[in-house]
Amino acid sequence: MEILMSILIGFLFMAAVYLILSRSLLRIIIGTGLLSHGTHLLLLTMGGLGGKSAPVLADGITDYADPLPQALILTAIVISFGVTAFSLVLAYRAYKVVGTDNMDLMKGNEDND
Amino acid sequence: MINLLLFPVLIPFLFAAVLLLFPKKVKAQRIVTMIGLLFALASSFALLYKVKVDGVQALTLGSWAPPFGITMVSDMFSAMLVTSSLLIALFVVWYSFNSIGEEREKAFYYPAILFMLTGVNGAFTTGDIFNMFVFFEVLLMSSYVLIVLGGEKIQLKESIKYIIVNIVSSSLFVITVGYLYSVVGTLNMADISVKLAEIGPSGIVTVIAVLFLIVFGIKGGIFPLFFWLPGSYAAPPIPVLALFGALLTKVGVYAIMRTYTLFFTTDVGYTHTLLMILSILTIVVGCIGALAYFDVKQIIIYNIVIAVGVILFGASVMNESGMMGSVFYLIHDILIKGALFLLIGIVIKITGTSDLRKMGGLMKRYPMLGWVYLIVAFGLAGIPPLSGFIGKLLIVQGGFEGELLWQSIFILASSLLVLLSAIRIFIYAFWGEEKGEFLISKKKYRHLLAPAITLASITVLYGVGAEYLVPFMADATNVLLDPSIYVDAVFEGVK
Repeated sequence: MEILMSILIGFLFMAAVYLILSRSLLRIIIGTGLLSHGTHLLLLTMGGLGGKSAPVLADGITDYADPLPQALILTAIVISFGVTAFSLVLAYRAYKVVGTDNMDLMKGNEDND
Repeated sequence: MINLLLFPVLIPFLFAAVLLLFPKKVKAQRIVTMIGLLFALASSFALLYKVKVDGVQALTLGSWAPPFGITMVSDMFSAMLVTSSLLIALFVVWYSFNSIGEEREKAFYYPAILFMLTGVNGAFTTGDIFNMFVFFEVLLMSSYVLIVLGGEKIQLKESIKYIIVNIVSSSLFVITVGYLYSVVGTLNMADISVKLAEIGPSGIVTVIAVLFLIVFGIKGGIFPLFFWLPGSYAAPPIPVLALFGALLTKVGVYAIMRTYTLFFTTDVGYTHTLLMILSILTIVVGCIGALAYFDVKQIIIYNIVIAVGVILFGASVMNESGMMGSVFYLIHDILIKGALFLLIGIVIKITGTSDLRKMGGLMKRYPMLGWVYLIVAFGLAGIPPLSGFIGKLLIVQGGFEGELLWQSIFILASSLLVLLSAIRIFIYAFWGEEKGEFLISKKKYRHLLAPAITLASITVLYGVGAEYLVPFMADATNVLLDPSIYVDAVFEGVK
């Protein structure tokens, strides 16, 4: 199961890198979204996928899932949600002001566009 | 007062939350921000005293026993960094009153600064590696707001790159924490330290060490990961630039120093040699950049890169002099970069340009500005008895003790280039014929100069009074070189 998850995570990272390296701003943001999905699955896998029951303390339960990666993922999801929302708004605003969503045309400083 | 170490984190947070309620009342915003910063500064001085008297302070939240709860730890190193970051913020806010413009002040400028301080102080104080990620995100999120606030074309262009770089590096941070968790099964930094020492040298630990170096290197701006820094930092207005330049890269540097002294001490031959080589290359690239540009902002920004290299070199040799030098130089650099950016800001305000070739002759009409700048520039290069000297002396001494002869000589030589780059600004901007019009009223000039001069005098005091700071620095160095002090403080009463 861990191997399968690793392959999936690798695939997500591959797609994310491909998208982040493209020129269109929207594709880059989708790429960062995929990257964080891959990251969250990686966290889950790193904690080990075993465990038959929920991590609640009760008599006779010895084989339970690791609760910590789940807590970490929850935190990381909230953060990446916020950052993605912010970057989408920023991308829209930048498109309005700069007039392009092509990263190649976003070089230069105040003096030479 | 067991909760004292939380105050520098929580006070800015509470005041920022209050400030969100009345964004349009500029006067009230200014006053409340100042009160909040003064309270936070007072609490951080109290913390400094407490740590000096009672040793490392640790608190595990929610009455969980460590290593299960989230631990906050304040040793001398982090307490000093917290104090100096609040000090810098105080002066930057004071300077902002006359510089940032009402439009930005009405658009949540002060809350963003206070939220950023929450993140910065939290990252300095936390004793939990995932919690450090969370505090990094807090400070990054506020820095996104600060860098884009105002919405100028150049800001929008640069902030997109800044945000994307930071999203990718944050993902890498989480990935690395995941790897570390799979190896040691804990997130508490003290516990990680113990467990990694038990595991001993192994390949996967070295991989994690290098990944951490990449993650924090992107934030800190070491070679070759500093590529985003000069462009992004030049975009926002000067007070924001001063805050970023003084604080944000230092959080990355702090994280590298913390992880490389607390966690990765088993395979020093590989990890710390890599750190040493990268720090030297960072200095080389920084020097090239600092001498290549005619833009005052870029010159000082590349000086940040140089300083990061110098600090990390001192940390990489892992002996007492080198480490103490690094701590000295880190605090020095926070203060001096703040002062330099504020002074540069006045020069830019007066001449209306940041291009050295278009300015000149400021000395005649603004002698005070010229002399203060000269003193700060000497401090930056480390001319005794100013503040950069003692740190660099100790770092070089550490280098010689660690038998890194050529590298240490190189650090000394780089000081000359730093001096040259800073003096170039002095020669172009202050000497020569007056060029163009001076765009600033006498009153505004005085208002802007006051915080800059006060901060500059603090840097001078930091250099002259270095002897009185040695006991503090020695405490910080001891904890860095002997992780067991840190670990014992966290697990006090548990094991």
